[in-house]
Amino acid sequence: MSDERTLDLLETKIGELRQLNSIDGIDLSGEIDKLEAKLEALRRELYSSLSDWERVKIARNPKRPYALDYIDAMFTGFYELHGDRLFGDDRALLAGLAQFNGRTVMLVAQQKGRTTEENQERFFGMTRPQGYRKAIRAMRMAERFGFPVITLIDTPGAYPGVESEAANIGGAIAESLLTMSQLRTPIISVIIGEGGSGGALAIGLADRVLMLENAVYSVITPEGAAAILWKEKGKSAEAAAALNLTAEHLSDLGLIDAIIAEPLGGAHKDFDQTTQALKQSLVSFLDELEALTMDELLDARFDRYRSIGSYQELGTSRVAILEENPPQVEPDISKISAEDGSKKPSADAPVE
Amino acid sequence: MSIFKDKQYLRVNVDSAPDDSLWMKCKSCGELVFKRRVRENNNICPSCGEYFFLTVKERIDMLVDEGTFDNISKSIEASDPLHFVDRKSYQDRIAQAQGITGLPDALVVGRAQIDGMPVILGVMDFRFIGGSMGSVMGEQICHGMETAVGDHCPFILVSSSGGARLQEGLFSLMQMAKTTTVRARLAEAGLPFISIMTYPTSGGVQASIASLGDIIIAERGAMIGFAGRRVIQFTIAQELPDNYQTDEFAFEHGAIDRVVQRAHMREELSSLLGFFVGAA
Repeated sequence: MSDERTLDLLETKIGELRQLNSIDGIDLSGEIDKLEAKLEALRRELYSSLSDWERVKIARNPKRPYALDYIDAMFTGFYELHGDRLFGDDRALLAGLAQFNGRTVMLVAQQKGRTTEENQERFFGMTRPQGYRKAIRAMRMAERFGFPVITLIDTPGAYPGVESEAANIGGAIAESLLTMSQLRTPIISVIIGEGGSGGALAIGLADRVLMLENAVYSVITPEGAAAILWKEKGKSAEAAAALNLTAEHLSDLGLIDAIIAEPLGGAHKDFDQTTQALKQSLVSFLDELEALTMDELLDARFDRYRSIGSYQELGTSRVAILEENPPQVEPDISKISAEDGSKKPSADAPVE
Repeated sequence: MSIFKDKQYLRVNVDSAPDDSLWMKCKSCGELVFKRRVRENNNICPSCGEYFFLTVKERIDMLVDEGTFDNISKSIEASDPLHFVDRKSYQDRIAQAQGITGLPDALVVGRAQIDGMPVILGVMDFRFIGGSMGSVMGEQICHGMETAVGDHCPFILVSSSGGARLQEGLFSLMQMAKTTTVRARLAEAGLPFISIMTYPTSGGVQASIASLGDIIIAERGAMIGFAGRRVIQFTIAQELPDNYQTDEFAFEHGAIDRVVQRAHMREELSSLLGFFVGAA
């Protein structure tokens, strides 16, 4: 099967032929048409049979539009707000006011970088505590003035480092979730690229959750799951499939509200088409939410999250297992030692 | 004739391990310690002070008035919504964990009294797939908080969890949002939420419900943090200080109110609840 790079190469060649065509007056248009048809067919073949792991790679493709690209294309007069008023300003999470379809909205968006310099500034899109605290401040402001909040999610995860932990990154994420669960204004979240675990959810508790077709949203990266559950680095593709992290899976599971179609090859192949589709969806969801009273909105948000989860009645066979195994009362020394012989079980052993 | 000749020595077979129904070797200090003494000492090594895990039952017995605990957990278990299989199927992991712990999932919640003061108490069991929070734990925590609202009494949660239950994918992640959303109802009802963080309180549990206590108390020896040590070293290869993500680190950086020894936790809770009795 062809890969994306071969197709890009073919596209470049067609471009060159077209230039030749116009310069020398040689008629190559028949050839060009044939090649273009071939390219289209190959691309269709490639993208109709994408594995979940390939989808992850598209979601991470640096050619993919980032938050600021969407902000420039779909919103007018973005007025960025800086700083968490406590400690600093996180450049991996942007907040600001903008105009959208005749109303003022508050944007909260995770921004990755493309170049090394940009990524140094943006921490590869990994949000730090000051980023979540800036988001909280911006969302509270939006609530005061009745502006809807739109969040654009694109992060590998929250930044895991000593300075993050020292500033209580977990507490900052928890506070952001609590703020969003109570915020008296409509919230729409869009996963535009990578929805990386708690770092993504922290700005993703919303009245409507949308995903671009090639975006992914997961409790852990496939690489992380492979290392922790399979104990083999090479199992990322299996892990990606098992995690059900694509828009299609998550829509089937009822965890997201809408999938925004992307052109063949991904959002960057025809950005106008992508932004048109997203804009249309945002407008109709905003209209829908703004038609509700504030109490209706908050009740619906409560019900949405109160009922989320999948469990079943305790089966009778399970009850038998439990009755045969009364809770141990022996001091449980064995659990102190992890499989790898370290003093205590690694906290991230089976879990994220 | 030697006076030593007939002396009887105790015969010890040096090749066989000591009777492990009576003795255990502390993995921290290496001392052989008498199991009963460990138990009497709240599962703390009498030799070096290392804390061992408590089962849910031991934890409850340690914290509440004798005979007052009434298990109100919903009769539910994991449903394996993704049909998840890694090296083992999730179904097998659940059955195995149920066999080890005798619990349907990693948290038990119930009504209890502490020095006569009614509370709702939730306790996690780390032995159940790392105390991970999946849909069942999320539902039980919410059920506990809602019962606290109904009973008009404080809610206490003892965390011991590595984070989200990976085998339930995004359903697990969403339990962070779910528990957080319901937590606000306690606040609206004017009821205190006391969060006790033990070894370990990390990942999705630390980044949601456990960090939202009105008062956050760490048990001495707790590990508190968002991203595990290995994740950090793997992702950004940063050097980590020795006390990284310890109770001491969290306390120094203002993430928790107090650090309390296991043996003192009950009296700590009792005096703390006393402040709220009028209010609750």
